Amino acid sequence: MSCPETKNLLNAYVDGELDSGGSLSVENHLQRCDSCLTEVQHLRALATAIESGGLRFKAPQRLKRNVKTAIRAANSGKSSSYWGWRWTTAFASAVVVVILGWTAITHWTRSSEEGLLVNDIVSSHIRSMMANHITDVVSSDSHTVKPWFGGKLDYSPPTKDLAEQGFPLTGGRLDYFNGRPVAALVYRRNQHFINLFVWPSNKPNSQQQEQLTRQGYNVIHWAQEGMTYWLVSDLNLTELNECARLLKE
Amino acid sequence: MLEQDEFIGFNDAVLPHLDAAYNLARWLTRNDQDAEDVVQEASLRAFKYWKGFSGRDCRSWLLAIVRNTFYSWVRQRSVQPELTSDGEVDDIDDAVPNPENALLQNADREMLRAALEELPLEFREAIVLREMEGLSYKEIADISNIPIGTVMSRLTRARKRLQIYLTNVAARNYS
Repeated sequence: MSCPETKNLLNAYVDGELDSGGSLSVENHLQRCDSCLTEVQHLRALATAIESGGLRFKAPQRLKRNVKTAIRAANSGKSSSYWGWRWTTAFASAVVVVILGWTAITHWTRSSEEGLLVNDIVSSHIRSMMANHITDVVSSDSHTVKPWFGGKLDYSPPTKDLAEQGFPLTGGRLDYFNGRPVAALVYRRNQHFINLFVWPSNKPNSQQQEQLTRQGYNVIHWAQEGMTYWLVSDLNLTELNECARLLKE
Repeated sequence: MLEQDEFIGFNDAVLPHLDAAYNLARWLTRNDQDAEDVVQEASLRAFKYWKGFSGRDCRSWLLAIVRNTFYSWVRQRSVQPELTSDGEVDDIDDAVPNPENALLQNADREMLRAALEELPLEFREAIVLREMEGLSYKEIADISNIPIGTVMSRLTRARKRLQIYLTNVAARNYS
């Protein structure tokens, strides 16, 4: 190997990141080249200096205590509302049993779960705007956004750019619903942001979409080709419907 | 909500890595209080994502969350991080002075700390993950969301800058 070629590999060599063939050819070169050998010694000296320099910061005890307290609070906070919800469901179900029978209950429970999900989706949309954390990957290029999700999800969300139709894709981020990571794609219409949440589901295709309004936000939901879609924005319903239509095409 | 055993599982798996989390946050923010805020927020995010986490390497997972939390914290405060583009060519490449080994070995803690703090953010991140956490290029690539080749070039350039900084400081001290 030539000297410039070897020089490029010296950091990886010192870090133990070369395969055995690579290490061997670097070592052969080092026996003949003083300049590279000196460089290796410098790199090793620097690594030792940083490693043994006492430069690592330790988390203060106060922080450890605060983290534990915050997590405990987060867990119990969630659990109480969860149990509260369970209790309400149980009570309401009992009433429904008397009046309508089992079929009705199944239907009611499902729609109540869906109601909770809608709340989650709207809150997530609001949070993404408030925390100024709307995109993890900023790109209007669907070929950049799609691979970005590659390592983070066990499915590949469709990432359609609708710039020509007036809904440019601005990026994507990971979100979490029901304990699973979910793709959030972000579109823009003038000054309005639109979140599109997509995840796999075994729901049958429903060309018939559902639409509703929560806290002033419009939500449109449909299922298509094994994926479930939730579109949410403060954009007016007519334009949001147009966006949904283009996404479904 | 997490079930009781999941909750204990989270505490056992994640809390032992708080030192690593704080170390990364402290080097990224260069400030005690900011680092604590970032770690606190990152821990809550980790808690929220715990059910969806199926990997094995909890430390890397937590460090990736710390890093992401740091960057959203930066965006939120609209502080501009001092980014250096990876494509940018260092004009210092051929001008590396020849540091003495003894100098690098004896560089005292304060000098090294100052040298590291001077590094551009993404170089500092790579050095902390590599030299202090001992992570592999692959692990760093996953945490920082960059290709392995970029990890290598960031480390190479970071070390070059450190050598130059230390050599210059030493030259000033001795002259």
